[in-house]
Amino acid sequence: MFGYYLDLALRSLKRNKVLTALMVLAIAVGIGASMTTLTVMHLLSGDPLPGRSGSLFYPQVDSNPTPGNYKEPLDKLDYPTAMDILNAHLADRQTVVVDSPVKLRAPDTQLPPLIPSMLSTTSDFFAMFDVPFRYGGAWHAEDDDKHARVAVISSDLNAKLFNGANSVGRTLRLRDTDVRIVGVLAPWRPAPQFYTVAGGRFAAGKTADFYSKTQDVFTPFTSGLEINDGNFYQYTCWHPAPTPGHLQNAPCAWLGVWVQLNNPTKVAAFKRFLDGYAAQQHALGRVVRPQNTRLRSLMEWLDFNGVVPSDVRLQTWLAFAFLAICLFNTIGLLLAKFLRRSGEIGVRRALGASRGAIFAQCLVEAGIVGLLGGLGGLLLTLAGLWVVRSQPVAFADLAHLDGSMFLLTFALAIATSLVAGLLPAARASRVAPGLQLKTL
Amino acid sequence: MMLQIKPILSALRRHKAGAVLIALQTALTLAIVCNALFIIQQRVAHLSAPSGIDEANLLVIENSWADKLSKEDADAQQRADLMVLRRLPGVQDAVASNSYPMRGGGWDQFITLTPDQTTAVGDAAVYLGDEHFMDTLGVKLIAGRNFRPDEIRPIANRENVMPPVTIVTKTLADKLFPDGSALGKPIYAMSNTPTTIIGIVDVLQTQSLADWQMRNAYQSLIWPMRLVGNAYYILRAKPGQLAMLRKEAVKALYAQNRMRVINDDGVMGYAEVRQKAYDSDYGMAVLMGVICVVLLAITAAGIVGLTSFWVGQRRKQIGVRRALGATRGDILGYFMTENLLISVGGAVVGVLLAIAMNLWMVTRFEMHRLSLFYVLAGVLLLLLLGQGAVLAPAIRASRVSPVEATRSV
Repeated sequence: MFGYYLDLALRSLKRNKVLTALMVLAIAVGIGASMTTLTVMHLLSGDPLPGRSGSLFYPQVDSNPTPGNYKEPLDKLDYPTAMDILNAHLADRQTVVVDSPVKLRAPDTQLPPLIPSMLSTTSDFFAMFDVPFRYGGAWHAEDDDKHARVAVISSDLNAKLFNGANSVGRTLRLRDTDVRIVGVLAPWRPAPQFYTVAGGRFAAGKTADFYSKTQDVFTPFTSGLEINDGNFYQYTCWHPAPTPGHLQNAPCAWLGVWVQLNNPTKVAAFKRFLDGYAAQQHALGRVVRPQNTRLRSLMEWLDFNGVVPSDVRLQTWLAFAFLAICLFNTIGLLLAKFLRRSGEIGVRRALGASRGAIFAQCLVEAGIVGLLGGLGGLLLTLAGLWVVRSQPVAFADLAHLDGSMFLLTFALAIATSLVAGLLPAARASRVAPGLQLKTL
Repeated sequence: MMLQIKPILSALRRHKAGAVLIALQTALTLAIVCNALFIIQQRVAHLSAPSGIDEANLLVIENSWADKLSKEDADAQQRADLMVLRRLPGVQDAVASNSYPMRGGGWDQFITLTPDQTTAVGDAAVYLGDEHFMDTLGVKLIAGRNFRPDEIRPIANRENVMPPVTIVTKTLADKLFPDGSALGKPIYAMSNTPTTIIGIVDVLQTQSLADWQMRNAYQSLIWPMRLVGNAYYILRAKPGQLAMLRKEAVKALYAQNRMRVINDDGVMGYAEVRQKAYDSDYGMAVLMGVICVVLLAITAAGIVGLTSFWVGQRRKQIGVRRALGATRGDILGYFMTENLLISVGGAVVGVLLAIAMNLWMVTRFEMHRLSLFYVLAGVLLLLLLGQGAVLAPAIRASRVSPVEATRSV
């Protein structure tokens, strides 16, 4: 039966090519627009560390001593608070992060100096965030204590400086200090670059920069502060820093701390520790809002910062409104198409076809339109993503169609056309055979 | 014409589904097009905001020293650089600064009226420059005076010093002293040392154009300092000389001293600065424009399709009317009026939908309230679109010959 319907549908579609093309085009455009934006949305709102993000937390203590009714603590920590949390060693793993631009030269190469971004962190960073290595590995915890002059570099930087060869053991000059490369990362592109995310609620939706590539150089926290002293930027200061760029003793928030807590008991215990710490610092007069402590999980923190740019969200909503219009359009055209064949339907009904059979036949025709529209939509989605990739935004390089989105394109297209076909098919199946036969 | 409305309505009652579909499609399209036009207008207004400087003739060169220089050496090098640049044929004037308008961000400073005030009266973008700054950028002095050469002092990249005098924009002066008495008054930039306002300039855009900084737009101040570390050289070319200077200026700087870094993307005319600064606005405006055009095309195609079907369905009735004496104009008018009725119905729903959509975007995307003008423009656009789309099928209907009435009744 299905084969017969298919044959009928193809004949019918061939009969009025313009109308068919119009329907296919409408569905293709609607699908193309919504799948392009949905793919970008899917990439930007995903979990940067699937399976791990649940055990990662971002502790916050309100270290701003200015009195006032602030509902939320600052997005970053000052140096003493960060060090106290880190040195308590209460979590399964803990690390601190701060990024800064640094002048870099590779003495073995003839390349001009670069100014990449450097992340100063601790050895736990790599294990905690499951960072993949191509050559070598992370530095050891002792290196953090010894202020060791070592570095891990990104795969991009390794390609640029050493053509992708194993560069472990070679030397880089960071500003005026030589460091030894101990590890080279495999390509690593968490989206967003979650570990430095902060201040999203003040960005008015312009959060595309949260999706920039990772830093090119990673150094032990203690070493990084010495190597690049004077070049650190604060998140905010409540008094001017005595020496700009040197923030260890400055009244400034500038450090992010991450902790890994493997079970709910530990999470609760850590929150108690934070509250206790804030209360103790309150007693000492350093903290004025001890109630302002937070321990958000990674996904909660991203959500709190509204990391998906508002332009992307707006475009997604628009694309679906667009799809709705295409849907109305297709319903109208299918209705016209089916009812124009009322005579033919009347004959089939008179010859014994049931209403269900007419309904099914019409839906098969709608489904074929959907399939063709899906194909067109796929091409338009690929074109749309190509346009996104050519945009000057930080997440441009991420915009690719993955398997699940590929399948979703067709599912959405066929679902759209079937929904579009429901009403016209129902109307067609209710055609009264007697009346139609009389007018033939 | 009016007489026809009743039969049209009763005919429409028999084609409810089709009529409702066209009306709904019109409504949704109207809602989206209104809001899209409004977004385009907002973004375009944003990206055509004046900067107050002579953009057509300005060139920015980002210079950093290859070696670590002492402040004295860097100062001497920079003086030599500026001398070379100002002497170049085709250069009207040149200055060294920490930044330039529309750079995308940079140094800004809370300003208070007394040293112990804790909440800032204004947040101002800080530009460092010598007595050539205003002349180079083409900024207009409207009160007070320019800096004297003896007031200029060199500072290194991370030095934290307060200048005794400053020049401010009119916007900042009015914000700090609404009564217009800013000239000669002291202000404080998170410091105990006062800075006296000696000059007021007309318009000078800030460095950041981010939305959250918009309330600080045009609040800029100029400090009489020359940043001798890594700095931006700003050149004002004589008219028509900018393209030539791009290469010549960099060549002259390297000839003066080879030990410097000037990246290829560190040399920018203001066309590029503006484009970089407003990239996302421009992209959004274009995207919205494309969406509007495609939507209107799809809606028009839908109207053509359904109306053609109705014409085909009613050939016999049209023939009867023609045989009974209706003119071609009557038939044409019938279909045009029918479409107008449907479109007006859709427009009423569409206006409500457009306003609802805008209110929702105001809460979710920090959008402004939709002005009525865009709603009216959208309604007019869609009514015209409907009439235009229905024209071809309606003309075909008017050509139906009265003979059709006699066929197979």
